[in-house]
Amino acid sequence: MYKCTGTGKDTGYQMENDTIAAIGTAMSHSGIGIVRISGADAITIADRIFKAKKKEKKLKDVATHTLHYGHIVKDEQIIDEVLVSVMKGPHSYTAEDVIEINCHGGILVMKKILDAVIESGARPAEAGEFTKRAFLNGRMDLSQAEAVIDIINSQNDFALKSAVRQLSGSVSDKIKAIRSKLIYEIAYIESALDDPEHYPMENYGEELQEKLKPLLLEMEKLADTADDGRILKEGIKTVILGKPNAGKSSLLNLMVGSERAIVTDIAGTTRDTLEEHILLDGISLNMVDTAGIRQTSDLVEQIGVERAKSQAEEADLVLYVIDATKPLDDNDREIIRCISDKKSIVLFNKCDLDTVLAEQEIRQMLPEKSIVVFSAKERTGFDVLKDRIKEMFYSEELKFNDEIYLTSARHKAALDSAHRSLQLVLESIRAGMPEDFFTIDMMSAYEQLGYITGESVEDDLVNEIFSKFCMGK
Amino acid sequence: MPYLKESYDVAVVGAGHAGCEAALASARLGLKTIMFTVSVDSIALMPCNPNIGGSSKGHLVREIDALGGEMGKNIDKSFIQSKMLNRSKGPAVHSLRAQADKQNYSSQMRRVLENTENLVIRQAEVSEIVTGENNEIVGVKTVSGAEYACRAAVLCTGTYLRARCIYGDISYYTGPNGLMAANHLTESLIAHGIEMYRFKTGTPARVDKRTIDFSKMEEQKGDEKVVPFSFSTDPASVQKEQVSCWLTYTNEETHKIIRENIDRSPLFSGAIEGTGPRYCPSIEDKVVKFADKNRHQVFVEPEGLYTNEMYLSGMSSSLPEDVQYAMYHTVPGLENAAIVRNAYAIEYDCINPRQLKPTLEFKAIPSLFAGGQFNGSSGYEEAAAQGLIAGINAALSVKQQEQVILDRSQAYIGVLIDDLVTKENHEPYRMMTSRAEYRLLLRQDNADMRLSEIGHKIGLVSDADYQKVLDKEAAIETEIVRVEETHIGANQKVQEFLREHESTELKSGITLAELVKRPELDYMMLAELDPKRPELSDEVAEQVNIQLKYEGYIKRQMQQVKQFKKLEKKKLYVDFDYTKVKGLRKEAMQKLNLYKPMSVGQASRISGVSPADISVLVVYLEQHGSRQN
Repeated sequence: MYKCTGTGKDTGYQMENDTIAAIGTAMSHSGIGIVRISGADAITIADRIFKAKKKEKKLKDVATHTLHYGHIVKDEQIIDEVLVSVMKGPHSYTAEDVIEINCHGGILVMKKILDAVIESGARPAEAGEFTKRAFLNGRMDLSQAEAVIDIINSQNDFALKSAVRQLSGSVSDKIKAIRSKLIYEIAYIESALDDPEHYPMENYGEELQEKLKPLLLEMEKLADTADDGRILKEGIKTVILGKPNAGKSSLLNLMVGSERAIVTDIAGTTRDTLEEHILLDGISLNMVDTAGIRQTSDLVEQIGVERAKSQAEEADLVLYVIDATKPLDDNDREIIRCISDKKSIVLFNKCDLDTVLAEQEIRQMLPEKSIVVFSAKERTGFDVLKDRIKEMFYSEELKFNDEIYLTSARHKAALDSAHRSLQLVLESIRAGMPEDFFTIDMMSAYEQLGYITGESVEDDLVNEIFSKFCMGK
Repeated sequence: MPYLKESYDVAVVGAGHAGCEAALASARLGLKTIMFTVSVDSIALMPCNPNIGGSSKGHLVREIDALGGEMGKNIDKSFIQSKMLNRSKGPAVHSLRAQADKQNYSSQMRRVLENTENLVIRQAEVSEIVTGENNEIVGVKTVSGAEYACRAAVLCTGTYLRARCIYGDISYYTGPNGLMAANHLTESLIAHGIEMYRFKTGTPARVDKRTIDFSKMEEQKGDEKVVPFSFSTDPASVQKEQVSCWLTYTNEETHKIIRENIDRSPLFSGAIEGTGPRYCPSIEDKVVKFADKNRHQVFVEPEGLYTNEMYLSGMSSSLPEDVQYAMYHTVPGLENAAIVRNAYAIEYDCINPRQLKPTLEFKAIPSLFAGGQFNGSSGYEEAAAQGLIAGINAALSVKQQEQVILDRSQAYIGVLIDDLVTKENHEPYRMMTSRAEYRLLLRQDNADMRLSEIGHKIGLVSDADYQKVLDKEAAIETEIVRVEETHIGANQKVQEFLREHESTELKSGITLAELVKRPELDYMMLAELDPKRPELSDEVAEQVNIQLKYEGYIKRQMQQVKQFKKLEKKKLYVDFDYTKVKGLRKEAMQKLNLYKPMSVGQASRISGVSPADISVLVVYLEQHGSRQN
């Protein structure tokens, strides 16, 4: 995560009394969720996006511990119909001013509201920060310290894990490329400041301007993908497992609604994992199709199989596709071992053909799993499968961690902040500021982008200066 | 035969740039002080480059001066050329650099030391530290067996501990310039549990001025108007005739000779074991590492007014003598250069500075302090800065008064010491402006306003000097208010002035302060439109200009400093056992136990300690401390 260093402008640590926001509770069956804001500016920030039914009403004027009906409006677009509760400090959970926005438009709407809150001046909360504030502000008993520490650690572990897991490789590569270009330019400027008789700075501002423009464009593209959810694969990680040619890719195509995976009759066609993000009646699923698991001597396929197993380990939900036309073998037993302690649904596929397997056999081996009799080809059992997933979700059997949205919000905020910083650099260049002012904002952008890829700053700058620029006596 | 010689309050080991500041600070604070050196002739010796200051190092000298140290005054007395670097850049990176007459620099410093009350200079090699029952320092012993009792000691051994000089396959166990090395103390330090490092640095050859063809080089002159280093030096007193430096370059031929002989370099053959700095690589390092560069700069700098020796900056080396001749002779202007002293590399023992508190006192050995290259830094200015702080704190510890810690938002000295004691350090540490995150606030022009109050409180800055700073601050404040309240109308004279300076003309009236903020204008040139301006010194005018012009940025950094201070204020005990804090990740727990930080802020800067670990620590502290007290 983010580290304080001796190089950049930000300390990297959360300020203690700025205003933070997060999604408060998981989605429930009724679809109601809470976006919570805490801090000195909580009410002001809420007023920026909340339009009460009675138009003249402002939250800053209302009494504490009251509930208000209205809409969340961003750029003159209504995001959702909401109930907002106002709790002024010190009689609130964190002992600060707290706003809770109760909304019911589903996960995507909640995420939009969170984004709007952040754009209006709040900061995405760090791991366990609401609880930590409650504790530090004396709202919790001292004996609860250990519980507070547990919450901080579990949320932090999750944030770290999900950040790595959800950030797609290509996004991460793009950000790394931007960072490495930035640090090079920063190092150049700093080298020239350190050894002015050695490195020239004439017309450097114009040069830098040309170099920063494509980086800004790249960041804008990334921000756009963040908005439609492609930057972070938020959602329930759903991994499809099964022997080669059991029908995994057919299932994926069915769920995605298009021909994504190549479907052939040749076992082992899917050699690597394929990923698709889908919405199932408002539930966000991150579908992963894997290479079939079987003992193999083909090296490429072997790698695919290993990857499938590790994907399964990280999965929130496993869909195990069984080819009912073939008897169980060692490969199936391997998969069954993999998923025994995982939330999973067994699909008894190819039920339209002559089956040789009895449902009973599987039930004995996996007594607690749901089994759906299925035919990808005929769409038999597809609705049952969808209902079963929804059921698991709403009964919270499939726990979806709100932290994911926070991670996503943090990334988005970091990307926006990095973008703003680089724009400040362009402004400084245009205003004819001296070069040493450029690096202040460039370093800040570098740090913010590192927040997304999970890279800290440490001694990056000094290392870059010494490795790329020849210094010294 | 060991015997007790004398008792002192403070013993300073070493008389280089750190030792001098430490001894002076201690003696000036009224403590009976003894300073040991292996050679009285080497007091304040400049064994490498013949200059003081430069980027960020100039800041350090200004800060030393504001705290009541000597370096700034001494270079003002002995400089032979002076330059303000980066003048075209922002005020935060303006840096003063002066060429010194090395001999004169040493003599002047020696004269000050010899005439300081309470200070005794003793030529002797200290071979042991002596500790008492609480492991606190109680004395030092010399090789000759004399024991000097003391209540605090400061180790400033520079590059002398088990020093070894090397070029080619020649090596001998001496300090710089063939001076005696100190070969015994390391053993005593190790016996006291101190962890040692071995570092390396190097210096180029010195050549005879009469054998150089300067017509093939570019002349580098000093500034027309010299700015003194010390805030107490009268600017008029430093306007004098200056000596030039000269610029030339290496070429492909130079590089070819180096490449052909690289296997004869002790660096590449493995004969050198110490870790060298990446920022001042030897010429052979540069040629190998930056193979695509077809030339490197060489600055030819005088070593003094009364010597013909010239320093070849940029070409330090440890290649054999015959290769040195061959490569130097390829450089334009140096074709016939006669070498007076060979280039060489030097290896020496120093400590892992993690063992020190930010006060520069050893965590495990009370009243033992350390400063300078002994702490793993490099450079005269870095050494002097630490020596000053170590000397001040040694004195304060004897007086049983609260010791001084400068934090990262107060001074480059704070950044330097915090980096040394908090970060993994694997090479001699050099100051750089990029290491200071609040560098807009830590300018060389305002060092007096940042630090004189502290220097005065300690007792090193006189009432009169401090009053001068207070008066200056008041004058700046009054003038800023006046400028902010002065309105400029859009009249013809104003529009003409703006046109002349390629500045947008006014649509309506504006304050003078707003005009100062325009990049193409400044406070000084706007005097023309400001008939009511009072008589002000250059220093005051400069401050008014900077504070108005960069107000936005300065405010932003001040805001960040406020946040930074919060974590610095949360204190931690240096004997705290972090295994007690359940919930810290293992790596963080180990690192915290190793570094034993003094504050939560310092803890947060240790590599391997994450923000979540800091949250955990803060919650733990809340549970076990603040609310119960």
